[in-house]
Amino acid sequence: MDRNLKKIALAVVGLAFFAGCKPKTASDAVSGNAAQKVYVAPGEHDEFYSFTSGGFSGQVSVYGIPSGRLLKVLPVFSQDPETGYGYSEDTKPMLNTSHGFVPWGDQHHLAISQTDGDYDGRWLFANENNTPRVARLDLTTFTTDEIIEIPNSAGNHSSPFITDNTEYVIAGTRFSVPFEDEDGDIPISSYAENFSGALSFIKVDSESGRMAIDFQLKTPPVNYDLSHTGKGPSSGWFFFSTYNTEKAHTLLEVNASQNDKDFILAVNWKKAAELVKQGKGRKVKAKYAHNVYDHSKHSATSTILDEVHVLDIEDLEGIAYYIPCPKSPHGSDVDPTGEYIVGSGKLASLIPVFSFSKMLQAIEDQKFDGDFDGIPVLNYETVLHGEVQKPGLGPLHTEFDAHGNAYTSFFVSSEVVKWNIETLEVIDRQPTYYSTGHLTVAGGDTKNPYGKYLVAWNKITKDRYLPTGPELAQSAQLFDISGDKMELLLDFPTIGEPHYAQIIPASMLVDKQKRIYDINENNHKYVVKNENETRVERNGNRVDVYMTLIRTHITPDNIEGIRMGDEVYFHITNLEQDWDLPHGFAVMGNNNAEVLILPGETKTLKWEPTKVGIIPIYCSDFCSALHQEMQGYVRVSPAGSNTPLRYGTGDNAPKAE
Amino acid sequence: MHIRSRLLVGIASAVLFITLFVPIWQIQLSAPQYPEGLELYIHADKLSGDVDIINGLNNYIGMKPLHEDDFIEFTVLPYALAALGLIGLLAAAINRKKIFFTWVILFGLFGVITIIRFYLWLYDYGHNLNPNAPIQVPGMSYQPPMLGYKQLLNFGAYSIPAIGGWIIIGVVVLTALAVFFELKPKKNKT
Repeated sequence: MDRNLKKIALAVVGLAFFAGCKPKTASDAVSGNAAQKVYVAPGEHDEFYSFTSGGFSGQVSVYGIPSGRLLKVLPVFSQDPETGYGYSEDTKPMLNTSHGFVPWGDQHHLAISQTDGDYDGRWLFANENNTPRVARLDLTTFTTDEIIEIPNSAGNHSSPFITDNTEYVIAGTRFSVPFEDEDGDIPISSYAENFSGALSFIKVDSESGRMAIDFQLKTPPVNYDLSHTGKGPSSGWFFFSTYNTEKAHTLLEVNASQNDKDFILAVNWKKAAELVKQGKGRKVKAKYAHNVYDHSKHSATSTILDEVHVLDIEDLEGIAYYIPCPKSPHGSDVDPTGEYIVGSGKLASLIPVFSFSKMLQAIEDQKFDGDFDGIPVLNYETVLHGEVQKPGLGPLHTEFDAHGNAYTSFFVSSEVVKWNIETLEVIDRQPTYYSTGHLTVAGGDTKNPYGKYLVAWNKITKDRYLPTGPELAQSAQLFDISGDKMELLLDFPTIGEPHYAQIIPASMLVDKQKRIYDINENNHKYVVKNENETRVERNGNRVDVYMTLIRTHITPDNIEGIRMGDEVYFHITNLEQDWDLPHGFAVMGNNNAEVLILPGETKTLKWEPTKVGIIPIYCSDFCSALHQEMQGYVRVSPAGSNTPLRYGTGDNAPKAE
Repeated sequence: MHIRSRLLVGIASAVLFITLFVPIWQIQLSAPQYPEGLELYIHADKLSGDVDIINGLNNYIGMKPLHEDDFIEFTVLPYALAALGLIGLLAAAINRKKIFFTWVILFGLFGVITIIRFYLWLYDYGHNLNPNAPIQVPGMSYQPPMLGYKQLLNFGAYSIPAIGGWIIIGVVVLTALAVFFELKPKKNKT
């Protein structure tokens, strides 16, 4: 009996001991002065802008760093009922594609335009994965100014990567598919023979930023993932990461994970561009949309193009090589010096670092281990600078600071690891909450990283915030990387699913922000620049309402003579020329969104009446003290009625007959 | 006339011409909604600054919109200033006390009339309000200050000289000095 009691007592003590050994969790990972470091006092501004991808929201969000405050969501690839983007007649063409109007997109990666390998803050490029597209946003207006569709591509994930002087935006396909000029009605099992990968080189006009597909490389059917341009000594080269070199077309989780090594495809893009100029390659039929927003017309146009220039990878003899890279790389990142290329095999347990100079030497010495579909495969050891041993599990993405350090995110082991590029030694590791996908160092993909802050964009949120039902916001974590050890400062929730971000000093953008649109430069097809020009015109069943908004009335605010069956177009000009004075416009029961009209802007909202009666209209943005008075009525009569068309505001409003 | 008086008058009338090309007076407005402030500049011949925005806001309290055409001053003032400058230069060149004092008197008259006109103008705008104005505060008028600061509902108005105004003040100082030299009894040379 005594002995049994002793045993039980021992067991209890033992259990208590193990309970005490339970690893510590997040709560004690934050140091004392973290709050001070992220505190941006009311009225003060953040030091950096973070342009953050919105993932399956299709939009781009803008956060202030270090506060983590959401500044704005920028509509890019999805309709936005809040502003009317993709709903108003003037913005609908932005979402046009060769498949017709696509209201949603999956926005993954971002790139700020560069000059000599550093951010110049002119434009922001954004990719869309689902219906392959690349957008260009203007950083004086924070608006989507251009979207180009990418033909022959499917799943525009490996995108948008810009060359060091923004000569090209480069976009690789995730899915290989048959090219558009080939028969696509074929068995999926003929993948290896009939499918191809497309790498697209989109030329960017150095003045206007306008994009045009210069050429596409047609490659063997593999999947492309994150890639980067060279810089400094490696300027002119491009490094695409590939996976599924097994050429699997089903159950990729197993079938694309068989090879011990996949590849990084190194391409001398400058020489490839020269080949195109010399007339190498061929024109291929392919339909794709090119949508441009004109800030003078406050309207977008969509043009369907029907041809691209294609180079076959065999044409690149002597300017394209495969570098073996362990286990399905998710990315290849080039360090600020341009000498080192870091591969991140998402299933690997080490990080290979390749040397650009060794690569050139290996090419010269012909150190090849055979070829992959005709393109030489370089010998792994010969081009290797070294491997970071036991860095963590599932390396995904690496960025850099200005002091020779690299920072790699680990999805599986849920951590960020800092290591030295030269010595390949791990310096520090910090847990993340939970499972980081990409990370961003301020300027971490440029020649001169700003450093200071690192943000981990996590894929799993669980218990980090107050619970919000089954669906949780994604979580980002801010680290101070100015010291030897990385220091966790802040968690902040994000919209959609951020995959990547670009963090740029606010000082580069603040002074060039536009405050209003000059109404004298408004060339919208339906602009009216003063209230005397407002009018309503009927043409068959099409009714055009030329309307103005100014604090705090709508002209005309009484409209009669609209009939069932009409298509009514409200062309609404905001006459304000004052900062931060948008007006909104909404129509009761409209099977459409509202529109938000900025000072000096014109927008067209379509409305098809659904009921006979009196329909209220009003300003939906609290514009001023008399906002609630900013309203009016539209009288809808039955089809074929002869209610006369009358309209006006105040003294000009239709009077009793 | 003293050579130094002639020099002072010459300089004063020459710089007076600058006032034709720069704003003379400014009214700075600030409000909780306008942390960046609004500015109204009064030139010899026009208004500049955030005129349209100020007109839009004044509409709430029923103040008449500011239109350059409503002011005869904008036509007259440039000629008056130019004439004063010419007469001053003439006084400096011809060296006749009579012309000099005529200039001083004209300049003084000009100053007094302009200040009175400016006051009446501010009074009119501040008091003659549209009776149908959306915002009506019993007993409230909105006359901006001629000089200095005044709170008008949510707006603080700060009225001070602009470059041209400071130049005119300088001209007054130089003229006063010249008058002083001319009125000072001459020492008899022995």
